[in-house]
Amino acid sequence: MDFPILSVMIFTPLIGMLIVMLMNKEKTELIKYTSVAVSIIPLILSVMLWFGYDSSTAAMQFTERYEWIPTLSIQYFLGVDGLSVPMLFLTALLSTISLIVSFHIKIRVKEYFAFFLLLEAGMIGVFAALDFFLFYVFWEVMLVPMYFLIGIWGGPRKEYAAIKFFLYTLFGSIFMLVGILILYLNSSPHTLDMMELIAQGNQFAHSLQILVWVFFFLAFAIKVPIFPFHTWLPDAHVEAPTAVSIILAGVLLKMGTYGFLRISYPMLPHGTQYFAYPFAILGVIGIIYGALVSMAQKDLKKLVAYSSVSHMGYCVLGMAVFFINSNGQPHTTGLAGCIFQMFSHGLITGALFLLVGVLYDRAHTREIAAFGGLGAKLPLYTALMTVFAMASLGLPGMSGFVAEFMVFVGAFASPTYQVMTGIAVIGVVLTAAYILRMVQKMFLGEFNVKWAGLTEINGREILAVAPLLILTIALGVYPKPLVTMISATLENIVFMVSR
Amino acid sequence: MADLRLMLPELILFAWAMMMLMYGVIRKNVGGNTMIYLAMLGVVITGFSIPMTGYGIAFGGTFFVDKVSVFFKMIFLGAAFFAAASSSSLLEKLKSDHGEYFTLILLSTVGMMFLISTNELITLYVALELTTIPLFVLAAYRKDSLQSSEAGLKYLILGAVSSAILLYGISMIYGLTGTTFINLAFGRLLEQSLGMLTLTQEVNMAFIIAMIMLIAGFGFKLALVPFHMWAPDVYEGAPTPVTSFLSVASKGAGVAAFARLFYSALPSFGEFYWGIMVGTLAAAAMIIGNITAVLQSNVKRMLAYSSIAHAGYLLIGFVSLPTTVNDTPFGPASIMFYMLAYLFANMGAFACAIAFEKNYGSYEIKDYQGLAKESPALALTFTIFLLSLAGIPPMVGFFAKYYIFLAGWPNYSWLVIVGILTSVISLYYYANIVKQMYFNRNETVLAKAHFDSPLVITLVLTVAGTILFGIFPESVIKFANNAFDAFPF
Repeated sequence: MDFPILSVMIFTPLIGMLIVMLMNKEKTELIKYTSVAVSIIPLILSVMLWFGYDSSTAAMQFTERYEWIPTLSIQYFLGVDGLSVPMLFLTALLSTISLIVSFHIKIRVKEYFAFFLLLEAGMIGVFAALDFFLFYVFWEVMLVPMYFLIGIWGGPRKEYAAIKFFLYTLFGSIFMLVGILILYLNSSPHTLDMMELIAQGNQFAHSLQILVWVFFFLAFAIKVPIFPFHTWLPDAHVEAPTAVSIILAGVLLKMGTYGFLRISYPMLPHGTQYFAYPFAILGVIGIIYGALVSMAQKDLKKLVAYSSVSHMGYCVLGMAVFFINSNGQPHTTGLAGCIFQMFSHGLITGALFLLVGVLYDRAHTREIAAFGGLGAKLPLYTALMTVFAMASLGLPGMSGFVAEFMVFVGAFASPTYQVMTGIAVIGVVLTAAYILRMVQKMFLGEFNVKWAGLTEINGREILAVAPLLILTIALGVYPKPLVTMISATLENIVFMVSR
Repeated sequence: MADLRLMLPELILFAWAMMMLMYGVIRKNVGGNTMIYLAMLGVVITGFSIPMTGYGIAFGGTFFVDKVSVFFKMIFLGAAFFAAASSSSLLEKLKSDHGEYFTLILLSTVGMMFLISTNELITLYVALELTTIPLFVLAAYRKDSLQSSEAGLKYLILGAVSSAILLYGISMIYGLTGTTFINLAFGRLLEQSLGMLTLTQEVNMAFIIAMIMLIAGFGFKLALVPFHMWAPDVYEGAPTPVTSFLSVASKGAGVAAFARLFYSALPSFGEFYWGIMVGTLAAAAMIIGNITAVLQSNVKRMLAYSSIAHAGYLLIGFVSLPTTVNDTPFGPASIMFYMLAYLFANMGAFACAIAFEKNYGSYEIKDYQGLAKESPALALTFTIFLLSLAGIPPMVGFFAKYYIFLAGWPNYSWLVIVGILTSVISLYYYANIVKQMYFNRNETVLAKAHFDSPLVITLVLTVAGTILFGIFPESVIKFANNAFDAFPF
């Protein structure tokens, strides 16, 4: 038997959690280093996964399949394709970075790191599960540590933010549960195997597909979040501790888009075609609305949070555009842009939240207007912040540009979406406006002497942000590895949707 | 003799109950937890005797043992075991270690075991009385407490009224069919309707009234909305171990008898007559139970309302009884699994409330503030039970809900939608306790908690059950799914 790489990735953090729980809670340093060490194992494995993956085929690889509850055809079934490999890498990378960032946590250190490792196990599980029931279990398991992490270590309104996050996501996912029931009962033979359900995808009745699509939409749209389901996001982000914000923006939002591409698209082709147009409209609204709201923010973290709504809108627009052209070739540019955006937004926004946290730790405020001329005092910090701000507004040479460009090219290729693409492009201008305004107010201009005591970003924080910086620029200059990774899978998805 | 062999577990438990009564009279002031361990031992012995009896029919068809009854007997014994084990602080408070307390619990359990094993309406009624009369006494067991006496009296009066209604329904079924055997009643009803092509108007009316009587009677016993008004007061006033026993065992016995009666005596009438009635009751129980639970500030009252809601979830499985998936009747199996999940999570939650009250002397939710710091183990255990009750994986409660919804979807999808929406509401009040325990730091530092050993046994076993059956439910599912193959009639 092959090395069960995916199971090891899931269970290492779980075992790490148990080890942390058994440690003496006074030994905080040991707990911190152990947690980081544990989280490096899935990171290494995810790199091995990336290089071991054969990107010439869309078939599932590294599969593991065991019977779990055979009476109800539930299996322990894991596997990866071009969609999940980048997400697994992103998850493992951001987990390790978040744990490094969390070293400043002072209270209840043991509980914090235990919950964080549980969260990591849940996230990896979501991206690796190929059995619908298993997927749902991981999807829900993740909510519990998230609830605690926001609720215990969050800001002033942490309790409100934590329960709002929990109830919102549960409300969505419980509809997914009903969708799962319906698909299970209507498949023949009854199955919860995602591959099997995808194979049967075009046999489901059209009305049924539309109903289930709406159910899944509720679950995934709340996660993404797609306008108008985004209201939990600013609350959760602003109150959450830095590391949790990184995970929220970098990984949890991606689960929504991942869910659409893994589940709604191939399993419910008719539903997807039926809703493609309104879906794109919601994406465009998200882009413009998110950007406009960002412009009005006074709080730096809230600005980054709303910019996520805007940036995930690009994903949605890119996702809505798929067709098979006259040569019988699938048109995947939009989808590729979506995945590129998922990955690149994880890197950039993760880094932005990290840097916001760095400043907040020192200044204890996030109000943009309170700062000014920081560039003179904190040159290195300013440089890093500016680079990621530019990446966020889509400056060429960074990964954000590649993603947005692909989304626009992909969307414009279809006559149906040309007007919408035109409107969406305005979002780029708006993004530039709020990002540049933020950079100008905080780092340029006259230095506010109140901040004379601020210290420069330290070595640990630079270590945490460095991989994100390298990847953002590397993918911006040379996007080919990621594009190659996803292309076969995306072609397959477009074929499945066009059935 | 063969007949008696089938009844062996009931006989053992009955004899044990009597023995404990005698022992308590003869040896006063046994001290410590001796009586508790004795009661637990009796339950365990009875539990081990169940697999030895085998399946079959006895006493001219009035008594039978099938897989369903074996399963439910195990649930009742489990509830009796946990209730007895969490009683020590109550007995300490009462300065009484008489055997009668345990005798009453065990006798009530015997009643439940008969209830699930009978095929005859009179025996059913007698068993029901044997179940509830000890419970009246137990509810009023804290003689020093006004609340407890009120609870006992309320429970007695409403219990008597509901029994009368139930008995009236039973007598009408007898009048219509001329038999008290549950399995024969259906045949007679069918004969009548086939003989005259349709049920005549009079039979029809009488039949409907009988069903309404039965549903109302069982509705009282199960505290379904709108027959639930007694439950919160009784649950709050009764001693907490008794409350936990009431909420799990008595509820389970009610659902099982209800389902057995309606499913064997009136199956095909479900579609037209009782399905929609019971479905409406289930929806009302889920909605009212969950919404009212949000407003509670007392843990026992909150759990009382949540148990009303859980009865509603159980009834989803009940109305969907005839549904088959893969030729398996999921309805009964899902009820059985839900009861198992509910047993562990609810008994555990009550044990946590008892442990908290013992140490900090309060049942108010706001007093749980900062528990995670002083007693991390208790806080974590309580969290596990609350998450299970809310249906969050990987706890057993999640799988139970999944299974119930799966059974309910084909014929009662609207009920499932009500169920999922109300379970989101339920998360709010369960998470509220978690929030109190973990998020807030209390200024007044709580003392470190101490537990007595029977309570620790309860907590360990219920946590183990909640997690293990959540991750590995296959063996129980398989047993429950095959349970109807062995149905003797």
